[in-house]
Amino acid sequence: MPDWLIILIKSAILLLVVVTTFAYAMLAERKVLGWMQLRPGPNRVGPWGLMQPAADAAKLILKEDLTPRTADPLIYRLAPFISLLTAFSVYAVIPFGASNAGVWAIGTPNAGILFLLAITSIGVYGITLGGWASGSKYPLLGSVRATAQMISYELGMSLSFIGVLLLAGTTSLDGIVSAQEKWWFIIPQFVGFIVYIITAVAETNRVPFDLVEAETELVAGFHTEYSGLRFGLFFIAEYVNMLTVSCIASLLFLGGWNAPFGILPMVPGVVWFILKVAFFMFFYMWLRATLPRFRYDRLMAFGWKVLLPLATLNLVVTAIIVAFLGH
Amino acid sequence: MRKQLYNVGAILKGLSITFRFMFAKRPTIEYPSVKKQHAPRFHGLHELRRYADGKERCIGCELCSSACPANAITVIGAENTPEDRKSPGERHAARYEIDELRCIFCGMCEEACPTDAIVLTPRFEMSDYKRGALIYSKDRLLVPADAGVGAAPDERPNGIPGDLGRVAEIKSTTDIERGYSATNRGEILKKQTRGLAILPPQREDV
Repeated sequence: MPDWLIILIKSAILLLVVVTTFAYAMLAERKVLGWMQLRPGPNRVGPWGLMQPAADAAKLILKEDLTPRTADPLIYRLAPFISLLTAFSVYAVIPFGASNAGVWAIGTPNAGILFLLAITSIGVYGITLGGWASGSKYPLLGSVRATAQMISYELGMSLSFIGVLLLAGTTSLDGIVSAQEKWWFIIPQFVGFIVYIITAVAETNRVPFDLVEAETELVAGFHTEYSGLRFGLFFIAEYVNMLTVSCIASLLFLGGWNAPFGILPMVPGVVWFILKVAFFMFFYMWLRATLPRFRYDRLMAFGWKVLLPLATLNLVVTAIIVAFLGH
Repeated sequence: MRKQLYNVGAILKGLSITFRFMFAKRPTIEYPSVKKQHAPRFHGLHELRRYADGKERCIGCELCSSACPANAITVIGAENTPEDRKSPGERHAARYEIDELRCIFCGMCEEACPTDAIVLTPRFEMSDYKRGALIYSKDRLLVPADAGVGAAPDERPNGIPGDLGRVAEIKSTTDIERGYSATNRGEILKKQTRGLAILPPQREDV
């Protein structure tokens, strides 16, 4: 088989997996939120509510696709696709496991993590342009917030990566994972891990950093004017981004597909990876059920005055140690 | 610094609470499939009862209508004729309508009724798509002729004396006509039915 065909098949499978994961992550979130609020969560469609994602999809597809008169039609229609495209294209470099045949990924570039950072940075355009092009006040406020928030927190996030990169001595994601065979980087990079977890929540615009779509102030933030499938695309992008940051957290800090302390060698690595990602996904839902939203000025102060210095300090200390002791 | 650490502790505490709640017992009653046992004295949809011999209890006196604080009841009475006796009294309700959208389900009609004709059943699922459909007339209020006498208020145990099972045991209208009470709450029954007992059997003979 030619290479391009293999890559095409791999992409199709991965797309299917990611979309299914999104659908059931959404259901899981509603279930978990329900349980934490003493509700049963969705349970009407299908056994145990398992057909709920299909019902939601059918609803969103059938709804009218509105465009406000004041909107910039082209950009307004394009914005959800920017969000979705960037959310999905990250999976081109994310490895899921490794076997004797090689690393399970579409591509394993040397600069995987840089590609990842670059692509996720483009993701903010979907939100910013979507809010801007809506021609309406709440989306505009939401997108202004999104721009400021995502750019501010991206600094802390990138800095928290660099500690890991210094320890691993590589920027390829599979290289980082294989560098963690003995010790997961959560141990030497605990501060970096904490900074990453917090900034990742902010990057995906989720509670307690969901000021971009703060219902109480901005109706629905940047996607106030969107309806039907276009709203659905933003929704998919949000969850896929959530999945992405969970994958990155597992790869960079929890050893990817390495079993904890080398236990249970017969379990395939991908199972460990899925478990770790599932834990982070649950953690996001858990946070959402627990914490109230930040005030905007505090969000900014926290990002710039706490997380950024913390990440910088962590980076400097790691750099000194690596310089004197080697990897 | 200490304040910041305190805040971190508070977040962890919050996380532990939500985690505990995830496994807590949920109070949800999944309504259409599971129905809650309502209170024994629940006030729901009205019902016009019959005597055991099939005659209507309502005598068209309009006391319910005047007792109604929401003006939800319309009664138009008519004379009974010897050929067609609808109720044991002189009169019966030719029309009896309750606007269930105006009704506040207070039960005053039930209190006012001298013959215990109108009672509030525990039924409460009466939503509809049209407002007109919620004006219940006799065809829906009256117990069908072949469906017994109707829900007696005796499903309401222990309460105000005379409010319970008031005339449930009366077997037929002839019992009332004789002024005869078979209930263990005969005193109240007699007082309540005395007015009715006046109705002279001989009138039927005229």
